[in-house]
Amino acid sequence: MPRASVWLIRSALVCLALGFTLGALMLGGKGLGWTAELPRAIPAHVELVVTGWMIQLAMGVALWILPRFGVRGPARREAWGWLAWGLLNSGIAMVVLGQAFAGRLCELAAILAFAGGVWSRVRASGLSAM
Amino acid sequence: MPPLSRWYVKTALIYLVLALLLGVLLAGGALARLPPVLALAGPAQIHLFVVGWLTQLIFGIAYWMFPKASAEHPRGNDLTAILTYVLLNAGLLARAVGEPWQAFHPGVLPGALLLASAAMQWAAGVGFAAATWPRVRGR
Repeated sequence: MPRASVWLIRSALVCLALGFTLGALMLGGKGLGWTAELPRAIPAHVELVVTGWMIQLAMGVALWILPRFGVRGPARREAWGWLAWGLLNSGIAMVVLGQAFAGRLCELAAILAFAGGVWSRVRASGLSAM
Repeated sequence: MPPLSRWYVKTALIYLVLALLLGVLLAGGALARLPPVLALAGPAQIHLFVVGWLTQLIFGIAYWMFPKASAEHPRGNDLTAILTYVLLNAGLLARAVGEPWQAFHPGVLPGALLLASAAMQWAAGVGFAAATWPRVRGR
């Protein structure tokens, strides 16, 4: 597994643990009848679980598993993956801390870096009948 | 595919069907009057979909496909993995029952069910992250 994938997937696991912790606090609070403060934490919970956990995990696994044989040039380098990891996690942190606009811009840049890096790897590998 | 992954994936498929069925019923609220307790099941429906289907499917596939932890224990501690599956699903079912119940008729019993659900789902999420961590490593 490439190092950038390791960092993306481990960061996704951290976001899973943080997102579930926040979710459990909100659900437990609902059980205790503390409903007034709960909705304020929902955007951070959704951000951690959807972008931090699911999207980031998908990016890490894709970077690991898409065909690399015969690929030359920029897609061969891991720099795109590192850039995507740095921008994505900066964006997630900003959104969780309430800076949604700047955070979403970082996340968009992360996705562009990721998509640019893997674009030429989405092709027949030569090893699969499909 | 190991037996636990099969359980994860098949359970995930069942949750997908349940979540979409509940979604159809909730959407039907625009056409007919729903029982009040069902009308309050919106958050539970989202979690049946996101936790029961998506997260559970990921857990099952990751348990199967991620690099081996060791030759003796390729998928890590089997007991932790089974416990994660049980806690995730028991917690999710407790939520599916307790959340609309607490919203419709708040009380000690539905409140306790939600507390138990929160604890079980938290333990499942953190347990999965901890168990998977050593299997995510470089070449």
